[in-house]
Amino acid sequence: MERPTWAPQGIDLSVPSVSRVYDYYLGGSHNFEVDRITARRALEAFPGIPKIVQANRAFMRRAVRYAVECGVTQFLDIGSGIPTFGSVHEVARQAAPDARVLYVDNDPVAVAHSRAVLSGVPGTGILTGDLREPEAVLASREARELLDPSRPTALLLVAVLHFLEDEEKPHERVATLRDALAPGSLLVLSHASGDNGPVTVEQCGRVAEIYRDGGSRLVMRAESEVARFFEGFEPVDPGLVPIGRWRPDGQIEDEDPMAFSGIVGVGRKA
Amino acid sequence: MTETVPTHHLPPDGLRRFATIWCRALYPATATSMTKREFEDLLVALSERLAIALRARSFDPSPGVSVGEALVTAHCTAPEALTRALGVIDAYLLLYCADPAVLGPDEGRSRCAKLQHAIAAGFARALQERTRSEQEALSVAALTAQTEIANALHESETRFRAVFRDAALGIAIAGIDGEIIDTNESFARMMGSASPPRRRNVLDWTHPDDSPEVWRLQRELMRGEREHYQVEKPYSRSDGTVLWTNLTVSLLRDAEGEPRYMLVMVEDVSERRLLNLRLRYQATHDALTDLPNRSMFFERLEQALAAGSSQSRVGLCYLDLDGFKAVNDSLGHAVGDQLLIAVAERLQPCASGPGQMLARIGGDEFVALFVDPPTVDSVAELARRALDALATPVTVGDRELMVRASIGVVEGPTRNLTSAEVLRSADITMYRAKAEGGNRYALADPDSDARAISRHHLTHHLPAALKGCEFFIEYQPLVRMEDGSLEGAEALVRWSHPRHGVLGPDRFIPLAEHTGLIVPLGRWVLQEAVRQACQWQVRGIGGPRPLRVNVNLSPRQLHHPELVEDTVAVLEEAGLPPSALCLEVTETAMIRADENELRPLRELAELGVGIALDDFGTGYSNLANLRRLPANTLKLDRSFTQGLQRDPADPVDLKIVEGIVSLAHALRLSVTVEGVETSTQAEQLRELGCDSAQGWFYARPGPPERLPEAV
Repeated sequence: MERPTWAPQGIDLSVPSVSRVYDYYLGGSHNFEVDRITARRALEAFPGIPKIVQANRAFMRRAVRYAVECGVTQFLDIGSGIPTFGSVHEVARQAAPDARVLYVDNDPVAVAHSRAVLSGVPGTGILTGDLREPEAVLASREARELLDPSRPTALLLVAVLHFLEDEEKPHERVATLRDALAPGSLLVLSHASGDNGPVTVEQCGRVAEIYRDGGSRLVMRAESEVARFFEGFEPVDPGLVPIGRWRPDGQIEDEDPMAFSGIVGVGRKA
Repeated sequence: MTETVPTHHLPPDGLRRFATIWCRALYPATATSMTKREFEDLLVALSERLAIALRARSFDPSPGVSVGEALVTAHCTAPEALTRALGVIDAYLLLYCADPAVLGPDEGRSRCAKLQHAIAAGFARALQERTRSEQEALSVAALTAQTEIANALHESETRFRAVFRDAALGIAIAGIDGEIIDTNESFARMMGSASPPRRRNVLDWTHPDDSPEVWRLQRELMRGEREHYQVEKPYSRSDGTVLWTNLTVSLLRDAEGEPRYMLVMVEDVSERRLLNLRLRYQATHDALTDLPNRSMFFERLEQALAAGSSQSRVGLCYLDLDGFKAVNDSLGHAVGDQLLIAVAERLQPCASGPGQMLARIGGDEFVALFVDPPTVDSVAELARRALDALATPVTVGDRELMVRASIGVVEGPTRNLTSAEVLRSADITMYRAKAEGGNRYALADPDSDARAISRHHLTHHLPAALKGCEFFIEYQPLVRMEDGSLEGAEALVRWSHPRHGVLGPDRFIPLAEHTGLIVPLGRWVLQEAVRQACQWQVRGIGGPRPLRVNVNLSPRQLHHPELVEDTVAVLEEAGLPPSALCLEVTETAMIRADENELRPLRELAELGVGIALDDFGTGYSNLANLRRLPANTLKLDRSFTQGLQRDPADPVDLKIVEGIVSLAHALRLSVTVEGVETSTQAEQLRELGCDSAQGWFYARPGPPERLPEAV
């Protein structure tokens, strides 16, 4: 018998969570030993991860500011993880006080923590949801309350698509979300890739293996595959680039070389 | 007390330059979300706090604590960050932020070191606090999430419980050994026990009527070879009654895929089953007599013929009541039905032995099936018992009715026989018994079978015969007694059967009447006869008076709604005047018709079509009723004229015919006599005043071209 959709998923704190591991990379303490074991193994294989993660956060902040400059003040952040500092709503509401942000994550602990952090913060919401089920996200009460579908929205898929294997049809999921967005909406995307930066194929494989041991998948994609996520979007200058090269604030030479790993980009729906 | 800060002579932009160096060293080690520029601005502010503390008249290192805390707040939390932060202070703070002329080198070094100690302490304290609060927040989040999920699970459990508890379906959960763990109320109610039958085992629920496969399926499921099965299964209730269920058993496996539980779902189908049985009974039994009906008889016969080995035989008695139609016609259907019920009751005990079955397969047709009769004679014996059973009169209401029957007996090996063949043979044989006088049985004999033509066969081929133009018409002249001239002819239909030769109307008209084919057949006869009458007129046969053609009308045609319309259309199409047509209706049919049914005849009579009362004298009609009938001719049945064939004629018959003729004439009916075979007879009838006659004495029926010869 199929499990009815209204029956809840369980919670297992004995397996690592990608959002808590990510928090560890950022120097946070929102993690358990089981997460730290995975994170330490990954760092051993690839010590540059924290810099990439940091650069990724910086990209997100630059992209959020860019969105507000474009007049887009609604944000749908799927795979938001554990909110620490410099979250989307902080950056967005600093630039536009009436900005609205809906966070979505499939990790019940991350959602509970987000709810605590966001309690009393106007214009924000958190939803238990999954990028694999975009229809449910779009149809949720939270989405209907926070986001006006007739106005442009910035869809944030930051460091999340690489957790979906091809069988989980990531391109179709993104297309479903795209079709629900108003014209002028933005897709803000970052994705792990071996194409750029000092990361080697061996390191990619090793890290993917460590994640798999923890029950998660990590799928590096080539730039051409990442570009397909932007179907139906017009790439915003400078297009798909390594993390550090997307509209940097300061001198590029100052950045750590790890900041040039991965692929990021922003696209606008016509 | 005011403290004045001694004036330090410092390099221009010393603070900014220090902060720039500091930022360059520290920024790569932070996880801050600030840009480098923002971070440097923050460090300028922190540098200023350190510079002020360094240069104070009376030294207080505590601002270092706040600087350490600020570094943690700015996410310089990595151990590497502290090393770098202190390294830059140690190397550059004095250089950029103090004037050695004011602050002596030893004092400067001491103060710088103490500030570093304070920074480290503030850093450590803030980091400790932050770590604790983050861990706390995460634990709370994890607990919250777990509580939410526990609540959701509880709600889901509650919903499932409700489904389980309130389901109309009986549900039981059993361990893989079959021991019942839990049941819902519906289950307990169905099983008919006051308390749920816990501690009972699924494997104990055997019932004598279980299909053999149930327990095989159950064993497969328990071994994990089958995920579920569904069967119809009976259970014995605790009150001894039987519960019929639609049973579904599903296997529940644990996380490792090992069989753990069985989910048993029972739906009470007792009523549905009863209804099915009742419907099946109704479909296979005759509502009037409660005997098995035609379809059940054929089912059994097919079974007997199919299952039979080379040795097995089958016997059949085909029984048809003699003269039952007359009972129905004269006493009504209610009496007829009562008679059939009584006959069924009499016959039933005659065919109640092993392998025997009595069925009613038609109006007054019964058949006794005898599977594997020990001898041929045992089947004949059954027929004799049946005749004996009907020997004494049957009382229906206050009447005593004599019942007579004809039985065809068939017996033979089942091999190579079809049910249709068996029945046809029995039917033919029954007709032989009837032809031999009835109230007897006849044994099937292949030779007479081959000669005889079964009613079934004829009925079956009637429609094709009509399409294939196998019918033709013969005409028997009607002669005017007054002068012996030709008055007209009666059209008599024949069937030129490809295998059985020419068949008279008595062989197929009743069948056509029964199947309704009489309507198209009758229309064809009418068309043909009218067309023929026209031809005679055109060719001037019959002299100046046009010849009349008589066409028989059967009871069913009489009731056909388009009788008048059709007749008029046929006449108009051919251009024959209505007076040249006479429709013959039997007395029986006419006296049974009510005013509504007579109306079409009346309409036709008003148009000028002649109406003859056929077979007069056989229908026991009340003579007074003749007045209300639309007839203008009365055809006297041949039975009245038979007594006039002798010489001298039977005086009683003479008187009767004389009376009828005088009565008819009083009612302005002309009289036609049938069956005139001798000249004596013809003379007598002429003297008695009969108007016209037909019979072999004048001419036999023949093809239309022979009619002129009769003149």
